[in-house]
This record gives sequence, structure tokens and C-alpha cells, in this order.
Amino acid sequence: MTLVLAIIAAFTLASAACAFSRRNLIHSALLLILTWAGVAGFYLWAGAEFVAFAQVLIYGGAVSMIVLFAVLLTRRSIVDPIVTPASRSRVAAAMGVGTAVVAVLVAAVLNTSFGPEPVHAPTAEVRQIGFQLMGPQAGSLLVIGVILTIALIGATILAASDRENPRAVGASARSRMGKGELSTAGRRAVLPVHGKDAAS
Amino acid sequence: MSAAFLVSLAASANAWMSGRAFPARTLVAPDADRFLERAPLAARDWVVGFFPVSLHWLVHSLISIVAVLAVFGLFFAFLTIIERKLLGRIQNRLGPNRTGPFGLLQPFADAVKALTKEDIVPAAADKLLHFLAPVIVVAFGLMGFAVLPFGRDIIPVELDAAVLYFFAASSATELAIFMAGWSSRNKYSLLAAMRALAQLISYELPLLLSIVPVVMLASTLSTSEIVRAQGGWTLGILPHWNVLTPWGAAGFLIFVVAALAESNRSPFDLPEAESELIAGHLTEYSGFKYALFFMAEYFGMTALCGLGVTLFLGGWQAPCAFLEFIPSYVWFGAKLFGLILGLIWIRGTLLRLRIDQLTRLAWKFLVPLALINLANAAFWSLTAGLPWPGQIARWIVSMALVAVPFVTIGRTLSAGLAPRTYKYA
Repeated sequence: MTLVLAIIAAFTLASAACAFSRRNLIHSALLLILTWAGVAGFYLWAGAEFVAFAQVLIYGGAVSMIVLFAVLLTRRSIVDPIVTPASRSRVAAAMGVGTAVVAVLVAAVLNTSFGPEPVHAPTAEVRQIGFQLMGPQAGSLLVIGVILTIALIGATILAASDRENPRAVGASARSRMGKGELSTAGRRAVLPVHGKDAAS
Repeated sequence: MSAAFLVSLAASANAWMSGRAFPARTLVAPDADRFLERAPLAARDWVVGFFPVSLHWLVHSLISIVAVLAVFGLFFAFLTIIERKLLGRIQNRLGPNRTGPFGLLQPFADAVKALTKEDIVPAAADKLLHFLAPVIVVAFGLMGFAVLPFGRDIIPVELDAAVLYFFAASSATELAIFMAGWSSRNKYSLLAAMRALAQLISYELPLLLSIVPVVMLASTLSTSEIVRAQGGWTLGILPHWNVLTPWGAAGFLIFVVAALAESNRSPFDLPEAESELIAGHLTEYSGFKYALFFMAEYFGMTALCGLGVTLFLGGWQAPCAFLEFIPSYVWFGAKLFGLILGLIWIRGTLLRLRIDQLTRLAWKFLVPLALINLANAAFWSLTAGLPWPGQIARWIVSMALVAVPFVTIGRTLSAGLAPRTYKYA
């Protein structure tokens, strides 16, 4: 069984390592999606089917699209989202912080005393998860719902307030794209703005 | 001798199926319909019996995979010709009728054409992603078939969280559409891919919300349990399918609309329409890769229709008690085929929606209706035990909870869009 764990861990870590070493941001995003799929594989190996499918659905289905939209809508050029580090000192600082985080995590793992392996691995049926979510954990479920609603309302307000100032955005977009079939909302949502620095 | 064999066959089948309550039968020898019913499973067990016990799980899975691929591959092939002939008939013309009798060999001619076409990949394209996109979209489209109960015990994988698995599997197809659009290094492909992605994520919400009442009332995420929960008949002729309840009918309609949009099917086929940005995110695909995308769209449509049949139309349950002699997988196939014919009919009839009309329909119309449907289903479930005058009131209140929001929201949203006056015609 540890062989399976080793394979899943190697796959996840390898795709994560490739994700942050690629220069092309879209490739990094797609490799990150592979990493999340590896985490879902780990959940499946551990017997938590519900969490594994939720991981694929939420991370692979929703968060990945947010990441891709964000990458594409904030790049200066639509075709070539290549990232270069700003300066050598920034690279050094990033490496330092990363090493510090790794050191803290490794120290925490090594200093934890894991108990003996349980005889029967715990299984959670979907029914039990449902009862837990509706009973003892109902408060956390409601809080998460409120947070998501606030995020949705916030996103709508951000998008709507941009529409009230169409002069700066619409003019440049209209001059570069000849297509007139999209509505204003569609134009704002799906067109990356060419040649416009991300200063607004 | 033969009677003893039949009795033992029936006894073994009964012993296997013991523990499940069957609705009362009114006629027909139990052995005959149980034989037809058990035939696919008996065939599978016969093949598995040839292999050593340690390999049984592998052979079991392989047989399920091969069966799903074979059945639904052929189904896809003949669906293309059926669709073309039906659309032709709706448009007052014959469909393809040259290749083979009544054009029945047309899918094979199409396959040969797709295979022998030149595979053009743009020089600036991202080769790996360009190649992977059709592969991923077909693979994850097929993975959705694993949790559909095709018959009484005929399901490839029995999962506790089957409905969640189905949506997890189909969420990766949206990623593949983005990969297809982006890897072509074509502004118009990317634009179309973003619009397709916006359409897909807009319609995921009504799709999932319309299914939540079904899961709530069956209190399980397992598809085979949901089908069993829709068993039984009132007075022997009225099935307990979810679509025959007010909240079920509304949920089914919302599900069908959202499924049409999720599989990029007319009237929501803006991403791949011929007059929209050439072929949308598929502009730079030719030959077999285009055929793979096409195949993935049909597999997605079939899988979603299968899910709709499972959750709303009672799956493999027969509509009346005396029709139970027809095997369960035949009922599933018939319902699936009927639903797909309905979708083809819709394709031939309705006009394509624009992207802003699409998203407005999803967010402003379907999501509120689906949320109200959820409340309606909760009301239905809480008033299940009333005596018969209460039952009549329950039906009336439930139907009002469906009709009134539909009419009010519909009227409010189409308020300013009165009959058009064309000034320049």
C-alpha cells in the first residue's frame, strides 16, 4: 500500500515542481490542475471518496477556471503569457522564504508522534457525512454559505462598477476589436484588454 | 429435467436478488422474464468464470468497460444518422440516404472520411495541448457512464457518491474546451473558448440545483438507490417517478435546459456554430480530432440524458406493473432514446441564443426557479403523510409554487422586450 502512496506522492510533487518551474503561465496553471488531481487520487487511496470527487469538482472544475481566467485577463499580451522574475534579489528572497516554510513543515512533521496504525481504517458513508453536516457541523456550513454569498455579491459589484466607467475601457477595446456582436457586459467579461497596463 | 433446471435457475436468481422488494406481478411466468432480465449479468459471470479468482475484479471491470464502449459507441454512430435524418424530415427534406439502405452505413462512411482527412496542426500551436484536448474531452465524457444504472443490477461502478462523481467527471471536459481554444494560438478560438467556458459554468449551477431536490428526497447520492426509490405503482398504473410530481416536472425541465447548454447543443450551440467565429474553439481542428470533439459532444449529451432518465424518469423502472416482463435495460434504453429524440426535435425547432441571452437565462431565470423548486420539494416531502383532502391541497400548493414564479419571473424579465419594430426593413 505504501507503494501506491509513493506513486501518488511522486506524481503530485513532480507536477507541482514542474508547475512552478515553467515559464509559461498557462502551462503552470494546467500542471497545477494535475497536482490537484494527484491530491484527489490521494483522497481516493485513503478511502475518502466524497472528498476526492468534491476535490475534482471544485478544484478541477471551478478554481482552475478562475485561475485561467485571471491569468488570461491580466496579461499584457493575449498570446504569450510568459512570466519572468523581476530581479535577482526577488528570486533570492523567494527562495529564502520557501526554504523557511519547508523547514517549519519538516520540523512539525518530524516532531509529531503518530500513533499506531488503526486496525480498521475509518470509513465515512455519504449518509454519515450528510448527518454530520446538517447536525453538529451545521454552523460551519452556514458560515461558509455566508462567505460564498458575500464573495458572489462582491464580484458582482466589482464587475458592475467597472461598467459605469466604460469610457476608459470601452474605447480602447472597441478600437482594437472590430466585432460588434458582443454586448458591453460580454465584452468586459471575455476580452483581455490589449496594451493596457494593469493599473486600473 | 428441464423443469428442474428452470426451477433451479429461478431459485438461484431469486437467492441472488433476495433482500430486494419486488412489486407485485399480475401475470407471466416468473422464469421467463427473470431469464431475460438476468441475461447480461449471467453472461458476464460466465465469462468471468473462465479466469482465476485473483483476476476476477480486473475481468469484471474490463467487461464493463468493453460493454459500455461497444454499446455506446454503436449508439453514437447510429445517433448521428438518426439525427441527420430527423433534422432532414423536420426541415422537409430527406436525410442522407445514399450510403447503404436508408443511409444506414453513413456513420461508417463518416468515420472513414474523418480518419483519412489531413490532420492540420497550426505551426504556432502548442502541440501537446492541441493533441491532448480532444483526448481529454472524450475520456472524461466517457467516464460519466460509469455510474448510470442501465438495468436492475447492471451498473459498471457502484458508488456511494455517484452523482458527485458524475459531475466531477464532466467538469474536466470544460477544461479541455479551454485547452482546445488556447492551444490553437488563434484570437478567435480563444475568444470562443472563453465564451464557451462562460456558458458552461453559468449552466452548471441550474444543473446541480435541479438535482438537489431529487437527492434530498431520496436521501442518497447513489444513482441505483435513487432509481429504487422511484419504484412501486399507485393502483398498478401510476409510477412513482420524480417527473410525475410538480417539483419533479419543474426540476426535469430545468435539468433538460441546463443539459442542452452543458453539452453545447442547439439552441445553446454558440461555441461551435458555423456562423460564429468560424467554428469557435474547434477552428484549428480537422479530421479525426474534430470527429473526436463531435463524439465527445454526443457522449456528453447521452450521459446527461442517462442521468436525467435515472434521476427523474425512474431509470429502469417500468411505467406500469403489468409491463414488468419487459427487461429493465430495455426500459432504460427506451427512455434514453425518447429523451434524445426530444433533444433532436428541440435542435430542429428552436433558434440559437446569443451569449448575453444565454447567460441571462441561466442566472436570472433558471437559478431562482431552481432555488424555489428546492423549497417546493422540501414542502412536498414534509407534507407526505397527510390524509386525502390534504393531499389535494398539497398538489395544488405545489403546482402553484411551480407556476407562479415561472410566470412572474418570466414576465418581469421580458418586460421591455415587447414585439420588435424593424425600422430599416
